[in-house]
Amino acid sequence: MNHSESVLSGWGRIGVLGHERRSENLREASRDAVLSRGLGRSYGDSALPPPSAREVLGTALADRLLGFDEGTGILHAEAGVSIEQLNRRMLPMGYFVPVTPGTQFVTMGGAVAADVHGKNHHVAGCFGEHVTRMTMRVASGEIVSVSPNENADLFWATVGGMGLTGHILDVEFAMKRVPSPWIYQESWRVPDIDAYIDALAEGAKKFDYTVGWIDCLSRGKNMGRGILMAGDWAKPEQAPSRYPSPLPKLSMPFELPSFALNPLSIKAFNFGFYWKHLAQHQQGLVHWQTFFYPLDMIRGWNKMYGPRGFTQYQCVLPAGDQRRSARRVLDVLSREGGASFLCVIKDCGEQGQGILSFPMKGISIALDIPVNDRTQKLIDTLNEVVLEENGRIYLAKDQFTRPEHFAAMEPRLEKFRQVRDRWDPTHKIRSAQSVRLLGDRP
Amino acid sequence: MKTPRKIVLLGATKGMGRALSRVLSARGDLLFLLGRDEEDLAKTQADCAVTGSEPVGFALCDLEDPTGFDAALGAADLALGGFDTVIVTAGMFATQDALERDPVLAARVLTVNFTNTVVFCEFARKMLLARGGGALCVFSSVAGERGRKPIVIYGASKAGLSQYLEGLDHKFRASGLRVLTVKPGFVHTGMTEGLKAPPFAGEPEDVARTVVHAIDAGKAVVYAPMPWAPIMAVIRALPRFVMRKVGF
Repeated sequence: MNHSESVLSGWGRIGVLGHERRSENLREASRDAVLSRGLGRSYGDSALPPPSAREVLGTALADRLLGFDEGTGILHAEAGVSIEQLNRRMLPMGYFVPVTPGTQFVTMGGAVAADVHGKNHHVAGCFGEHVTRMTMRVASGEIVSVSPNENADLFWATVGGMGLTGHILDVEFAMKRVPSPWIYQESWRVPDIDAYIDALAEGAKKFDYTVGWIDCLSRGKNMGRGILMAGDWAKPEQAPSRYPSPLPKLSMPFELPSFALNPLSIKAFNFGFYWKHLAQHQQGLVHWQTFFYPLDMIRGWNKMYGPRGFTQYQCVLPAGDQRRSARRVLDVLSREGGASFLCVIKDCGEQGQGILSFPMKGISIALDIPVNDRTQKLIDTLNEVVLEENGRIYLAKDQFTRPEHFAAMEPRLEKFRQVRDRWDPTHKIRSAQSVRLLGDRP
Repeated sequence: MKTPRKIVLLGATKGMGRALSRVLSARGDLLFLLGRDEEDLAKTQADCAVTGSEPVGFALCDLEDPTGFDAALGAADLALGGFDTVIVTAGMFATQDALERDPVLAARVLTVNFTNTVVFCEFARKMLLARGGGALCVFSSVAGERGRKPIVIYGASKAGLSQYLEGLDHKFRASGLRVLTVKPGFVHTGMTEGLKAPPFAGEPEDVARTVVHAIDAGKAVVYAPMPWAPIMAVIRALPRFVMRKVGF
């Protein structure tokens, strides 16, 4: 196929000239590749090629499980295995991934590269904490084994390193034994941001999984109102004996026109979502897909944002005066009119060991922002607030942050650069994102 | 539960064969894997073993080398204690452009997909008939349904194969041999990587489930994934002057 005109993009659908070449054999295909890409669910330019390369290695066809130790729960998987495949194949056996983000269309390689976190971050940390070993092809062409004890510098630079330290070929990590394939969920309507921060802290004490959705358009005394959801895997005596049946798949077959998402429609959605939760408190059993992956049920939901695409802004604000810092971020949003369909809030546990791993003790806020002419300014303003509050942003979502903002947010960057330079002095392995943020050659 | 099948699978390491091996092992069928690369076969064996019954073994078998067919099927028969099902997903694809440019490549594709697959099936069906029958499931393609511009040569190889399989079904069904011709449409696998996917492109998992169901039901022909059956019904009905005009 003639690739000269093809466009590759992240989940936010803002593309660059380029394409991916998928291969079942990562050992072969990684030899000259500039970057590995999983299922392309990072929102921004993390998995896009630098301008001069145009081609990335797609890993999704390398989807075999290479071994499983029932005693330790350690699973050995090729880098292209997705969480969706693991859920389909291993949940019936009573195992679930130790950490999952809000989509199951994420490969093991991607989960390590972004060091993904989930609703259980306060108890389980990030994905990288559960990884025991990996095989990588590094820039020199050599194939190396990395673990917390073996080439540990490379291991921890790779965890959260956005694929910039080498190609991940296979991953060993601990699966989590679950008592049943059902989720026991409780949810609350929360009136404002202060109550939210208290409720998250309270929920974290009782539940392994917590997350909140905020109505970003509410202002004044209602600012930060939303729904808090918390859950645990149901105990066998709480759960039906049957296995949950697959949920129907819907899909968004075409782009919505740009005007479909406007302040009014977004406001209506948020209002509806909040008041749909009529009772102040609800509880009961829910399907694991409903609980972990509500958006996965609509394939291609990213087309909702129309032809210009969208970006997601996710930052973490350190513990301390979170009430003020969270309010400041929400303030910028309502002032700059960055109406967001979806605003997700989550309290994070301790920072992980991945050198550039995103979460830190504090509160994380994630917002979808449809792209328009004001987006760059909005992101800049948000970043300035986050900088002042000593927070940082999540690279897996980013496409707009300026390099000077990123450098100022990341005192850990120097350490990352040192390890990367040791293993890849010429920065052979790089991405559109590393060209933008780390000054790699195009 | 029904008694597990004893299955020989040629092409188990890639694409739809890989997906089939997972579905079959997950429901407890016994598998013997045939393929071209030992390391690759060992990985698929391990992959199946994590979530199903471990395939009892594997052996090298290459559709480009018919001299190895008898021995490979013999090894499978021994390891399984007599197989009752043979599945062939292996095949070879190249674009029409590449095949027009390189007649040697064209000869290889025609030989692998038609001549040698027929020879392999002849070995397999004799062994099955000798024990009173069984199931023979072979992946042909919707490409064999009509002469079409983008797949003239590949389509011809699959047309020949489909014709052979139909004849086999007519001749031996009464003797207990159930021949299933699988006609996949566009499926996202390593084989189709780099090709522009049409609407209704499917995933190997969907094909695998459809095919397992069709084998169990004793069907003669199955299209997969789902929408391809009506699509092909339309394409088969198009008059020649229309086919000459259109680009597919």
